[in-house]
Amino acid sequence: MLNAVGQAQNILLFGGTSEIGLGIVSEFLRRGPARVILAAREDSPRIDAAVEQVRAAGATDVEVIDFDATDFESHPDVVDLAFSNGDVDVAIVAFGTLGDQEALWQDQAAAVESAQINYTGPVSVGVLLGQRFREQGHGTIVALSSVAGVRVRRSNFVYGASKAGLDGFYTQLGEALRGSGANVLVVRPGQVRTKMSADVKEAPLTVDVDEVAKATVEGVIKGRDIIFVHPAFEAVSAVFNVIPRQIFRRLPF
Amino acid sequence: MELQTKSLTGWGRTAPSTAHVLSTPDVEKIIAAVAQVADENADKPAHLRRGVIARGLGRSYGDPAQNGGGLVIDMPALNKIHSIDPDTALVDVDGGVTLDQLMKAALPYGLWVPVLPGTRQVTIGGAIGPDIHGKNHHSAGSFGDHVASMELLVADGRVLHLEPEGSPDDPDGTLFWATVGGMGLTGIILRAQIRMTRTETAYFIADGDLTQTLDETVEFHSDGSEHNYTYSSAWFDAISPEPKLGRAAISRGSLATLDQLKELAPKLAKDPLKFNAPQLVTVPDIFPSWTMNKLSMIAIGELWWLKSGTYQNQVQNLTQFYQPLDLIGEWNRGYGKNGFLQYQFVVPTDAVEPFKEIIRDIQRSGHYSALNVFKLFGPGNRAPLSYPMPGWNVCVDFPIKKGLNEFLDDLDRRVMEFGGRLYLAKESRTSAENFHQMYPGMEGWLKTRNEIDPTGVFASDMSRRLELH
Repeated sequence: MLNAVGQAQNILLFGGTSEIGLGIVSEFLRRGPARVILAAREDSPRIDAAVEQVRAAGATDVEVIDFDATDFESHPDVVDLAFSNGDVDVAIVAFGTLGDQEALWQDQAAAVESAQINYTGPVSVGVLLGQRFREQGHGTIVALSSVAGVRVRRSNFVYGASKAGLDGFYTQLGEALRGSGANVLVVRPGQVRTKMSADVKEAPLTVDVDEVAKATVEGVIKGRDIIFVHPAFEAVSAVFNVIPRQIFRRLPF
Repeated sequence: MELQTKSLTGWGRTAPSTAHVLSTPDVEKIIAAVAQVADENADKPAHLRRGVIARGLGRSYGDPAQNGGGLVIDMPALNKIHSIDPDTALVDVDGGVTLDQLMKAALPYGLWVPVLPGTRQVTIGGAIGPDIHGKNHHSAGSFGDHVASMELLVADGRVLHLEPEGSPDDPDGTLFWATVGGMGLTGIILRAQIRMTRTETAYFIADGDLTQTLDETVEFHSDGSEHNYTYSSAWFDAISPEPKLGRAAISRGSLATLDQLKELAPKLAKDPLKFNAPQLVTVPDIFPSWTMNKLSMIAIGELWWLKSGTYQNQVQNLTQFYQPLDLIGEWNRGYGKNGFLQYQFVVPTDAVEPFKEIIRDIQRSGHYSALNVFKLFGPGNRAPLSYPMPGWNVCVDFPIKKGLNEFLDDLDRRVMEFGGRLYLAKESRTSAENFHQMYPGMEGWLKTRNEIDPTGVFASDMSRRLELH
């Protein structure tokens, strides 16, 4: 479990090659050494670099577990395996895909796949993690949501709608786990400078992976349930939610 | 309700976990609950076993008395004093009896609790589990040295009778000594027989001395005068830069004889065995985390210094001499919601220079500690996980703040390098690897523990964190 000074022993990352996920893991490792389990596609071209990155950040041991976000039937075994070396102190659900949003809403097969990766997969993993964390009586599940899911916008609504679903699921999973000793932290960064967003025009309040990582680790240690990373985003989101559709439509993003 | 789901922490109020807590005065129910855990364990792979652990009054700072997702037995519910025998000085008590309760009951018979830590809010099991020590370690050893026998509920459901020199249930005493210092991981101490210390009064004859520098403090403890006293410890300054760093207010003394009390405090001598340990106030749970900062800590240190002073042959009651923090109930609340941690270590007596260097590092670190205790330990005992060994024992309190983890990781390495070790009753953050290296008897202890409990029926958050299984 997280010790008295917030050092973890076992960290589990779903989406083992996710830049933000790896950033959060590295930030934990900066506080003290830990074992890391990366759940990712074993044939991912980025997996070796991911292993290298967490090793360099101070992991005492790195284990890769083959994980396919849309192979739902395999998920129970993946979670079993991830917990087979003892309690997991922090599990980060960081896998996702952005894609060409204009193409997505007009391509049934691609939209379904995107929704499965961004919503159904996280639900599948979340149910299994919730069960495990309740049984161990401690630990935090970190779910990477997005401001895109707080109010879904025309410009990226296939992605945004999935994130809205994920956000609703994990915030309420946290409620369902109240009193069990397990905590859920939903992280809602705005745009983050990563490879996934490299081709997208930079939005206002864009943050770096580092900032997301620092805010997330602090949120886990303090037992928070929702964080926005950029301090202005909480207010911006609240405003978003009350802008009438007719006006929202004309906003330039 | 006998069974409740509760979030538990140690005295440092860090690292909570949620467990099922069984509170019952009925030994049979405890035995049945442990049997149920053992049954469930038998069918599960190791990583899914949650186990059971006994919890006393939760005065350990870290996580030894919590067990996330598992079962915790609330021992203070089992609190009967079965007998007090003034002729043999033996008492027979349940594992959940507190030292406070025992002291009050035994004093009228002229019997004194043989080893008292800085608080009396400790159960008998909680005294044996970490093999606690007190201000008289150099003359009397640790708590386990005064246990005549105990009844231990073990993983297979038997209740074993253990003695230090061995018993039919434990021919060479190995299990007895693995239980002393074993943090509840060999079983549950249901009952114990303690050999008490005889006393004519409940008062101390104390001498107070002040030293001005760290060197003087070390010198003072090395001049042989310690042996003139059964009790000795010091508060020392860990905040002021040198030369004041390490200056100490040393308090030493022995239990007063009736003749001494008659001579020095005739009024008190009329009721020499009166339990006299006042508590003044209870700290409300309202303090923000910044309450304990450098300034307030310097102030606390100066106050301590001022009230200590130099004196000779002063008659002091228990609170004055021994447990000044007991003047303030629930004092851990003063640190606010971030909590704090205690860092206690001992380094061998001959490692004087490294020891001084560590104290200097603490002062320079920017982590401030006001309540610093210093004591030179006497010889240790046979228990593989017992903390005391001959050497310089230091205990400091740090509020949790940024950078503390890195600083303490570094201190661990230094303590280890000099052949020192950390104390499990205070420990809340070190790594399994470091901890195992600090205790040369670890392998032997693990062997004993895993023989008596092969499926890990007894487990705690600490046992998982420090791999004590």
